[in-house]
Amino acid sequence: MANFVISRRKFLTSASLGVSGIMLSGCDAFDSQLRVGDGLRSFLEGANGLTWRAQRLLAGDSLAPEFTEADIRQPQRPNGVTAPDDDAYKGLLANNFADWRLEVSGLVEKPLSLTREQLMNMPSRTQITRHDCVEGWSCIAKWTGTPLSLVLDQAVVKPQARYVMFHCLDTIDRSLSGDIKYYGSIDLIDARHPQTILAYGLNGKPLPIENGAPLRVRVERQIGYKMPKYLRKIELVDSFATIGGGRGGYWEDNGYDWYGGI
Amino acid sequence: MQSVARSQSTVGPDTAAPKDATLIYRQSRWTRLTHWLWAISLFFMLLSGLQIFNARPQLYIGKESGFAYNNTIFAIGAENTANGPRGYTEIFGKRFDTTGVLGWSGPEGRETSRAFPSWATIPSYYDLGTARVVHFFFAWILTTTLVVWLVASLINGHLRRDLVPRIDDFRRLPRDIVDHAKFKFHHGREYNTLQKMAYGGVMFVLLPLMIITGLAMSPSMNAALPFLNDLLGGRQTARTIHFIVMLLLVAFFIIHMLMIFAAGPINELRSIITGWYRTDPPAHGGKTPQRSA
Repeated sequence: MANFVISRRKFLTSASLGVSGIMLSGCDAFDSQLRVGDGLRSFLEGANGLTWRAQRLLAGDSLAPEFTEADIRQPQRPNGVTAPDDDAYKGLLANNFADWRLEVSGLVEKPLSLTREQLMNMPSRTQITRHDCVEGWSCIAKWTGTPLSLVLDQAVVKPQARYVMFHCLDTIDRSLSGDIKYYGSIDLIDARHPQTILAYGLNGKPLPIENGAPLRVRVERQIGYKMPKYLRKIELVDSFATIGGGRGGYWEDNGYDWYGGI
Repeated sequence: MQSVARSQSTVGPDTAAPKDATLIYRQSRWTRLTHWLWAISLFFMLLSGLQIFNARPQLYIGKESGFAYNNTIFAIGAENTANGPRGYTEIFGKRFDTTGVLGWSGPEGRETSRAFPSWATIPSYYDLGTARVVHFFFAWILTTTLVVWLVASLINGHLRRDLVPRIDDFRRLPRDIVDHAKFKFHHGREYNTLQKMAYGGVMFVLLPLMIITGLAMSPSMNAALPFLNDLLGGRQTARTIHFIVMLLLVAFFIIHMLMIFAAGPINELRSIITGWYRTDPPAHGGKTPQRSA
């Protein structure tokens, strides 16, 4: 018994020293283990796959809540790039996007090149939804656009396709190998969700530049960074391993989870 | 410490009880295991949560965040003054200078504008993506542990025996409050009334509310359970409640620690690590006291 008391005391002493050590170091101890690619981080990121599967199971194809006109109390708050400085973009803007095309390519039977008029002549959907930024704020606005599923149907998606990649016109970052244009991806379940639209209208007016003109994606059951603006090309892929850093999007390559339903 | 010494010294030859009659097996392995999993999870969730909050250090009431109108009830920020940059915390429009801790903090000469200071966040530098990874990982651990504990406690009787309040508990409440105020603790098999209220409040009110308000912030869960935000008063109100419950959990943690130290840290720690707990010796050869700290 006496031995037990001593060893227990020793254990408690070292345990409390250990805990207070962690507390005192301000958790800097974890910093070095949490960079993208580190073993511990990759392990923790496994929870995102679990969340993805669990939410797919729970949410099925249910719709995101929609609001009323009375809930629109302010302009849609823009975030990220709000005025692309790219020459290509500015050239298209000068001509009011008359020369702009949406390319649909990759694993499709019929690659497309659509003008804004062609998109606007397709059946449209208008929805008043809440935009949730990853930072924590929310903003309610009315979005009008072409359901992405209609565009996918027109292009005829090949069975081996698993993800929709979005390629954008705006430079979000610069690297040694040149400008990085925004890119992102969603799975085909969200791509075919009825509320997933390629929006060209906001609050009854043409989509402003700061919110992504001429075309942006709305993925209403995910966080804002999953809805690229200044859309240029839609690419159907079976894997995004070779695109950018291989994690499925610009923010994902910088440490954000690929699934943004939470 | 005191209680251990006291109980050992009074176990004398005049009592018929065996040498260690006051040592009882109080906490089942399920309670001990889940307790420490919560401790770890809540630690990581708090520090990563404060990092997530730093990305938008404002709290709002309603469905959305007011930018063209004001529905902000709480904000932490920094501003330039004649005396240089200062950190402030604003509660219901009332502003307090919190330089050094909230709004403006960091090592001497290298202060930065950040809501919660570096020592209170994971990672210590600004990194919203990583904080979310850590937060959601431990959210799974916390929730799973809660379910495991609930099932185990229903089966092994912990819930019925130790946590469900009885008529007696209400009768004893005034005396319990007085005893706690005087730092007079009884060590017995059962929890006292205030303990039942505190533990029950955390397990059945605060943690479930934390999980519900957390889920209410998820756009995908809003599609699955649209009534959640209607009940809570909108996503931004849910976020505000999430923050307030965090403060209540931190308050619980502080009181929990104070009580452990006041009631005898070695004995209390032993019971939550090994399960064995030293109760007060029987008074006048009577039965073991049933009330505890």
